[in-house]
Amino acid sequence: MKSRWTTWFGRGWLSAGYLFLYLPIAALVLYSFNDSPIPNVWRGFSLKWYVALASDEELLAALWLSLKIAFFTACGSVVLGTLAAFSLVKYKRFTGRTLFAGMTNAPLVMPEVVVGLSLLLMLVSVQRLLGFPERGLMTIWLGHLLLGMAYAAVVVQARLSDLNPQLEEAAMDLGARPHQVFWLVTLPMISQSLVAAWLLTFTLSLDDVVLSAFLSGPGSTTMPLVIFSRARLGLNPSVNAVATITVTVVAIGVVVASYLIARAERQRLRDIVTAARP
Amino acid sequence: MTASTSSSWVRGLVRGRTAVIALPFLFLLLFFALPFLIVGKISVSEMDGLAFKDLFTVVDGTVQLSVKFSNYVFLTQDPLYFKTYLSSLQYAAITTALCLFIGYPFAYFMARARSSMQPALLMLVMLPFWTSFLLRVYAWRGLLTEDGWVSDAVIGLGLDHVLLAFGWISSEGMLMHTPFSLVLGMTYTYLPFMVLPLYSQLAKMDLRLLEAAADLGATPWVAFWKVTVPLSKAGIVAGSMLVFIPCVGEYVIPELLGGPETLMIGRVLWDEFFANNDWPMASSVAVVMVLLIIVPLAIFSKYQAEATERGR
Repeated sequence: MKSRWTTWFGRGWLSAGYLFLYLPIAALVLYSFNDSPIPNVWRGFSLKWYVALASDEELLAALWLSLKIAFFTACGSVVLGTLAAFSLVKYKRFTGRTLFAGMTNAPLVMPEVVVGLSLLLMLVSVQRLLGFPERGLMTIWLGHLLLGMAYAAVVVQARLSDLNPQLEEAAMDLGARPHQVFWLVTLPMISQSLVAAWLLTFTLSLDDVVLSAFLSGPGSTTMPLVIFSRARLGLNPSVNAVATITVTVVAIGVVVASYLIARAERQRLRDIVTAARP
Repeated sequence: MTASTSSSWVRGLVRGRTAVIALPFLFLLLFFALPFLIVGKISVSEMDGLAFKDLFTVVDGTVQLSVKFSNYVFLTQDPLYFKTYLSSLQYAAITTALCLFIGYPFAYFMARARSSMQPALLMLVMLPFWTSFLLRVYAWRGLLTEDGWVSDAVIGLGLDHVLLAFGWISSEGMLMHTPFSLVLGMTYTYLPFMVLPLYSQLAKMDLRLLEAAADLGATPWVAFWKVTVPLSKAGIVAGSMLVFIPCVGEYVIPELLGGPETLMIGRVLWDEFFANNDWPMASSVAVVMVLLIIVPLAIFSKYQAEATERGR
């Protein structure tokens, strides 16, 4: 199969695929430095859209709210997702396990408009009965938590089911209590997946439009909602500037995180090899 | 260890176990399952001005149940709704086919690239997934409107005539707000979801099987179709589901890249809720949407269960 033709065809296909994936991002970044307010017409280099961002009160307030929600979502999702993953991997039998497993994965496949609508209608019903909660940070957080928990559960579950159960059994045999086993043995071994889940749910929350639109109230507009309403009206260079900043931050974050995770993994393997040596 | 400590041990274990399961379980019951029941309830409720009536009302000491199925009757009889379901499924199916067509060779060549290159190639597929989905969809607006890079390239190559002939755009040179821009945007967004499961399936394949096929006289082409493709079936199924299901309910991409003629059910729900304020109608659409995706989902989970059975 390794003929010259296939090699070149493969390289061509891969290059075209990566071009397809990165072309929009390249265009976004390039036009954020465009001097002209008319999109797609290049008129020279300028940083004015970035300068304008600094005084864009609406966007900055929305960004701050989004960051807060994303932080709380990531923390909550990792806790709930880990508990859910732990229940599904460690306990093979309990009442309602099938329902539980289904509900854990369902938010991944359920259309976001359906999740958003149903959560909102419930919150409205509750509000009618009890007089709270008002729509705002808390309600958006709740929606994101539902989605983030499902993603976190998948990530953590994959790692948990790869673990060697003998390590936990050994700890038990050596007299560790169940909670000690969890904190001292299980948790350190799944810590990388927790970091990955945290980052994933953070970016998910920071990016969500649909759930936020249903669950936000007056005065609680998140950054994607601002971007979405501007993008709906047409092209807007300020959106390009925001995009460039996000892309840069995320790219740096992901590269650094994956480097650190890879290094920790290598360290762990080295430790295992050292420990195994007589 | 005495008997009493060991029994308190067991009790502690049981209590810990209950708490571990109960916390996420209750959370999901309360904020995922209950809202669905409420949506189901509201979808058959009557509107009373801006509020909806309760299903059960006490009139003269007797409990009366008022259930209204007229929303569902309307949903099945109104040709526009029917067309919307069909076109949502159709756009999702076309997107899935395109993702498979682009993604399979992509994943294949990734999996057959030098192994030192593979982590970097994989990272490059996942990186766009980490950057804002909204902004990447927005970027296509720039590329597809007048004087955009892609728009210029397509028109320069005369491809817009081809698209027009297939009915993918409605007039020459206008690429935005057409079925073409919608499907392009969805294919772009969901391509990584197709590539990743395919890659993981193809990367773990035993290449000696291909040598065996060659020894038995199969040409590379025959070996590809008779060995590689069947072995990657699980990846094909998983990838197709990961693309198809979210596409059916997609809202943001049709809103930003679609046009008035590209009917998508997610957008209909949104408009019923936000523009028409018709909550029972929006709820009925939501129920139908769930029914639409449950069928492919059931097939998928059945297939996966069988695959794990066979794997044992």
